[in-house]
Amino acid sequence: MDFALSDDQIAMQASAKRVLERCAPLEAVRKAAARDRGPVNAAAGELAALGVREMLVATDLGGLGLGLLDAAIVQEQCGAAAAPADIIAPSMAVEGLMAAGSRDQQAAWLARVVSGEVRLACAVAERAGARDDAGVRSSASGLSGASVFVLGAADATHVMVADQDGRVHIVAAEGPGVGLRALPAIDEVRVFSRIDLDNARSEALVGENSPGRGVDRMVTVGRLLLAADTLGAAQTMLDRAVAYAQERKQFGRVIGSFQAVKHMCAEMAAELEPCRSLVWHAAHALDEGADEAEVMACLAKAHLAEVGTFIARTATEVHGGMGFTDLLGLHFWFKRIGANRQLLGGPERVRHDAARLQGWV
Amino acid sequence: MDLRLSARHAAFRDHVLAVLDSNRDKAPTSEHRGLKHPRRLAWQRLLIENGIAARTVPEAYGGFGAPPDILEARIIAEAFASTGLPRPLANQGISMLVPTLLELGTEEQKQTLVRPTLHGEMVWCQGYSEPGSGSDLASLATRAHIDGDDYVINGQKIWTSTAREADMIFCLVRTEADAPKHKGISYLLFSMATPGIEIRPLVDMTGAANFNEVFFTDVRVPRRQIMGAPGEGWAVANATLKHERGMLGDPSATKARFMRLVALMRRETVDGMALMHNPLLRDRLLALQARVFAMQANGLRVTTRQLRNEPAGMPELVVKLQGCELNHEIARLAIDALGELGLLYGDHPQLRDAGEWQQMYMYDLGLIIGGGTAQIQKNIISERGLGLPREPRASGG
Ligand SMILES: Cc1cc2nc3c(=O)[nH]c(=O)nc-3n(C[C@H](O)[C@H](O)[C@H](O)COP(=O)(O)OP(=O)(O)OC[C@H]3O[C@@H](n4cnc5c(N)ncnc54)[C@H](O)[C@@H]3O)c2cc1C
Repeated sequence: MDFALSDDQIAMQASAKRVLERCAPLEAVRKAAARDRGPVNAAAGELAALGVREMLVATDLGGLGLGLLDAAIVQEQCGAAAAPADIIAPSMAVEGLMAAGSRDQQAAWLARVVSGEVRLACAVAERAGARDDAGVRSSASGLSGASVFVLGAADATHVMVADQDGRVHIVAAEGPGVGLRALPAIDEVRVFSRIDLDNARSEALVGENSPGRGVDRMVTVGRLLLAADTLGAAQTMLDRAVAYAQERKQFGRVIGSFQAVKHMCAEMAAELEPCRSLVWHAAHALDEGADEAEVMACLAKAHLAEVGTFIARTATEVHGGMGFTDLLGLHFWFKRIGANRQLLGGPERVRHDAARLQGWV
Repeated sequence: MDLRLSARHAAFRDHVLAVLDSNRDKAPTSEHRGLKHPRRLAWQRLLIENGIAARTVPEAYGGFGAPPDILEARIIAEAFASTGLPRPLANQGISMLVPTLLELGTEEQKQTLVRPTLHGEMVWCQGYSEPGSGSDLASLATRAHIDGDDYVINGQKIWTSTAREADMIFCLVRTEADAPKHKGISYLLFSMATPGIEIRPLVDMTGAANFNEVFFTDVRVPRRQIMGAPGEGWAVANATLKHERGMLGDPSATKARFMRLVALMRRETVDGMALMHNPLLRDRLLALQARVFAMQANGLRVTTRQLRNEPAGMPELVVKLQGCELNHEIARLAIDALGELGLLYGDHPQLRDAGEWQQMYMYDLGLIIGGGTAQIQKNIISERGLGLPREPRASGG
């Protein structure tokens, strides 16, 4: 038994951290929030150079055949940097294709994913709760309806759309009858979109597309990676709070010597440390197809939402007024953690799903 | 990352489960009261003989004599969690004193004390805390001076669990009055039957007297009954405390408790509806389940780090604080789920689970306080784990 990252994983973690520090420093995050595509493209390019496009694709399809634990490690670093790029939607898409695409579809689409010719966004949010009139219907004439909070649409060539029956379809992002618009969101660093479909031509995944199979895999993977992102973002907020507590002086001493401040930091650390193991365990369980894997992914998502929210607030508080400023930029992490909490289901919804998976509902 | 067990460890797990399963009928239950009930001692003996308790203690000292193997220890803990059978004895003598004795005791001490302790025949109490010295343990004031071949002890201990049942005490006393506060302490081992010891029970919130006050008046203890060198007792005490904190946050025990809560919520009904179908209670249950999973995964990480001889860091430092807190929260949800039935205490046909939730809800608050309070744990996490400035040290230290 060995519950630790492999040497390769530790090396990948270090490379991801290094390239993101280089290409996504705070100024780049700030520019991305102002809708400057420069840093966004730079970060996406750096991640691609790390191999994230082929990471989850099976080796016989031209990929690296790595697992969700590897993806979670990279995503954690994206969260740590509050980076304007991430691998959540691309990873969901690959896993959705593997779960619900036919062999031919997998080969055709994944080859183009690996080459970078195709970039897939994911429109599956309604699976975790539909708001207003959202929902997509599939008919002989194509897909119609709308899906909100599409992930990864900013530079996507195609969108994987779940219909109301849980089947997954692929539409071209700029095809006829497809309208994609970025939503004005609190987290301005990443792009969340709405897709409107009007008899849009699409390709349905026809592998084991028993209703729900593909979309559920996509949601599960998305939840896991959102948890990993929050883990990284919360760790950065904690680290920054501890660093600030060691340098800021009041009453003639560093504030980190006041027990109220020390205990805030200790509570954050005590909550966050087990979360790292929880995310690793959930990712590994999904890779192994373990019995409790889906339950763990749900619980990781819900728990990181709670712990992340606590840390986002507490770390800001440790910084005093400075924490509240735009200047310090801590709010990018605060907002990212807040967004991750709601995406693909808030904690109550996700816990309900975990209960259902265990036959407790 | 690889959570599979090697063939050897898988075989070991099967062995443990087989032994437990085939001896189910011999397990003591809550009816077998008393620390030395024959049925409890027999169960302990059976576990030791089969290498399930005292596994790594050398045979010469009454253990099973297997080489240390962290993973085996974990497999054993999980086997008890999954079968729900009573665990091996884990009192202060076995969990705290024996490892310290094996590390720092004299050959004579090991020969005479370890075997009966492991078998539950020699019960110990821990004489650390005093009325003026709780969190600030090193300020303790119970004195011992040398007179011929003996130490002569005068002073008082408090919160001493199981002092009335105990045969022996491991006790911190100040032997060098003028030394700095961490330096002048010695660690003595002696019989509770020694003349000059008076025990007064202290009733706690559970209604039972789980702990006591212990008074020493000219208690004579032979000088060779010291562990470690004179004046070095603080280091010895820290070795013991390390073992206590490990014992207090065991994640497989927490998992077992969580599973009992799941069973309770599936079984109990209000207005004819199972509590599990109450969405508010269920949501709280799932939030706790996430924390149980997190502490279990953290435990896997701790085990791996121990297997690799890595130094203790944040994953280890958070176990006592988070584990005890989580245990208490699980009991708290059980109490809320029981509602008014949770008020019952003592024999009554409507009492559920023999009142264990009421008991745990109260006693576990004690465990959050004992063995280093939650606040002291936070001091340790922020200082050793995060590198924040240390608390001011009191005089002399
Ligand atoms: C159920 C139970 C069983 C026990 N069994 C034993 C036993 O068998 N043998 C034994 O020797 N002892 C035993 N104890 C005693 C236990 O170790 C002490 O209660 C504990 O160390 C706290 O000491 P205290 O009670 O004097 O509280 P205090 O030290 O007086 O603490 C009171 C409050 O002040 C806080 N505080 C104190 N110092 C600091 C600080 N530096 N920073 C922040 N906050 C601080 C504490 O966290 C606490 O909230 C037991 C206690 C309990 C509850």
